[in-house]
Amino acid sequence: MRVALFIPCYVNQFYPRVAVATLAVLEKLGVEVSYPPDQTCCGQPMANAGFEESTKGTNELFIKNFYNSDFIVSPSGSCVLHIKDHLHSHNNEVLASQIRGKVYELTEFLTDILKVKGLNARFPYAVGLHQSCHGQRGLMLSQMSEIVGPPFSKTEYLLNMVGGLRLVSLERADECCGFGGTFCVTEEAVSVKMGVDRIQDHVAHGVDVITGTDMSCLMHLEGILRRQKSRIKVAHVAEILNAND
Amino acid sequence: MGTPGKMGDHAQRSTVFNQDEARVNWHDKTLWFIREKRDKAAKQISEWEELREQASSIKENVLGNLYNYLLQFEQRILDNGVQVHWAATAEEHNVIVYDIIRKKGLRQVVKSKSMLTEECHLNEYLETHGIDVVDTDLGERIVQLAKEPPSHIVLPCIHWKKEEIGELFHRHLGTPSGNSDPQFLTAAARQHLRHHFMTSGVAITGVNFAVAETGEIVVCTNEGNADLGVQLADVHIACMGIEKIIPERKHLGVFLRLLARSATGQPITTYSSHFKKPRPGQEMHIVLVDNGRSERLKSADFRSALKCIRCGACMNTCPVYRRSGGHSYHYAIAGPIGSILAPGLDMKKYADLPFASTLCGSCSNVCPVKIDIHTQLYKWRQVLVKNGHVDGGKSIGIKGMAAMFENPRIFKWSGAIGRMVMKSFPFILNNKLNPWYKRRDMPQPPSQSFSQWYQKNRMGHGK
Repeated sequence: MRVALFIPCYVNQFYPRVAVATLAVLEKLGVEVSYPPDQTCCGQPMANAGFEESTKGTNELFIKNFYNSDFIVSPSGSCVLHIKDHLHSHNNEVLASQIRGKVYELTEFLTDILKVKGLNARFPYAVGLHQSCHGQRGLMLSQMSEIVGPPFSKTEYLLNMVGGLRLVSLERADECCGFGGTFCVTEEAVSVKMGVDRIQDHVAHGVDVITGTDMSCLMHLEGILRRQKSRIKVAHVAEILNAND
Repeated sequence: MGTPGKMGDHAQRSTVFNQDEARVNWHDKTLWFIREKRDKAAKQISEWEELREQASSIKENVLGNLYNYLLQFEQRILDNGVQVHWAATAEEHNVIVYDIIRKKGLRQVVKSKSMLTEECHLNEYLETHGIDVVDTDLGERIVQLAKEPPSHIVLPCIHWKKEEIGELFHRHLGTPSGNSDPQFLTAAARQHLRHHFMTSGVAITGVNFAVAETGEIVVCTNEGNADLGVQLADVHIACMGIEKIIPERKHLGVFLRLLARSATGQPITTYSSHFKKPRPGQEMHIVLVDNGRSERLKSADFRSALKCIRCGACMNTCPVYRRSGGHSYHYAIAGPIGSILAPGLDMKKYADLPFASTLCGSCSNVCPVKIDIHTQLYKWRQVLVKNGHVDGGKSIGIKGMAAMFENPRIFKWSGAIGRMVMKSFPFILNNKLNPWYKRRDMPQPPSQSFSQWYQKNRMGHGK
């Protein structure tokens, strides 16, 4: 099984520890992981701003970097969803279509492909799970509060394997944090208000650490938490699955 | 037609709305309460998701065969003794309605809720021609007295607090100042409206569903105001968009179950009034309005927005709507559905609306007719950029970003420079000109990227 690691551009630059943790979680489970060194970005920042036309170059580069692997795994539901929904190519549509079918967000790869039954991890804190929308509603990592159907959560399933960890229930289990890509600056007032409200829900329930499958949401929440001088920390789910505190 | 108007675009208006945080909290909680009521009502129906699927397929069928259904409907209503009018545009609609009223020599109109007449700005048109229009839905009457447009399609005055309504009624209806008891205020509105019901010769209603099979129209209200207006008036004018058709009467069994549960969490609206033919001596008119709908029908990407049954569930669930208020959308229909409808009418004026979303997807999940609202928001963004409706600065920035991401060397170099600048000269980014920094700290830049870490720790070891 050739697994290629896809690290979102901003994680690569700002949160290398999340990428290191992702690599470590996969390697501990016996997966041989490669990291195509010339990767940059999935193209979502441009496409969500309306500039899908300008993502042709990044699409071709993505295909060049990743076509030669059985699975592509990434610690980001949002970037994975973008690839699944929007990766196309004029020269290599067959390869693009194959990639769309074999790109996985980390927790769904662990539950659906590796079918993980246990983890050797310990994280003795009260943890609040922030359901990032693209992972949840796009990749269906968990049941959505709007839908009438049986509950499930791939992310919670994994977090419940972590020793000492206490998952905290929130008032609004899956409300958006307000990051939203360029929305976070073009609609600054609403974006920050959404983040403030999301944090308040975690605060009210005595959370120590807010986790999630997308560092972009967590970066936005972390920015507010640090400005508030809050004691609450953020940690990507990969960091918790790799923790031995 | 122009830009978003003197009060600015969605971002500017919602910045103003957010200056009063306590009010934003109140607005958010009020609408979230309705979203929760909707969840509870939906979850009592085990076949809810199948019902949504069915409603969606019925509407798809309608859109695919609209021409035939409209002809069938027209034939039935003519058979029923109802007069039919076709309006290609909002202006034509207004002229038709005014002509009916004028020819009867009438001046007083009561109107129950109709988003179509809001879309066409009928009230303003009739008022400039000397016709008195009184909105009889309580929420609509409140915003009408306040000279405001509705901020929500089902809950027009959801942005008003009861104390403010008390003061408004004091000024306009002469209720005692300081009395904000909802029951008292409702009773006062009732008395006030009763007078208009009794004296108005014309009743205008909207249409929730128009049944092609029978030629009847169904109007759903909680206050019975459509019913009362029509029963007391000599002339009934029902205004509908051409997409309001459903093929058969039995399909009401699907839509009436979905509509009120999605809208307010009620099992059904208090009144589902069926109007089929005028009573002896009464005139009944149905005005069928296109106003851009057949144009939209041609668009594979955007046609399904015409499935909308105007329940407002997408507004109640939208975390952006709840925190920006309906008026920030500067269109008759606010929220996610308004943001995909409005640019179809005027791309330039409403170019900001598809960007007033995080694309979280909650709207598509609550939609009772399964409109892919957030996907259409994404697609509208592409259309708006292609048509040059985003500002040049943003365009240059995004294209620069794209160029960086196309080239791994430039990406690595820019990343390293960026992190170095953030570390050494934080004031370049940590200032008021950076919207991120206004109320959020910047990420703390690490000394090396993951690529650099990997190069050092893995590539060097022959891995």
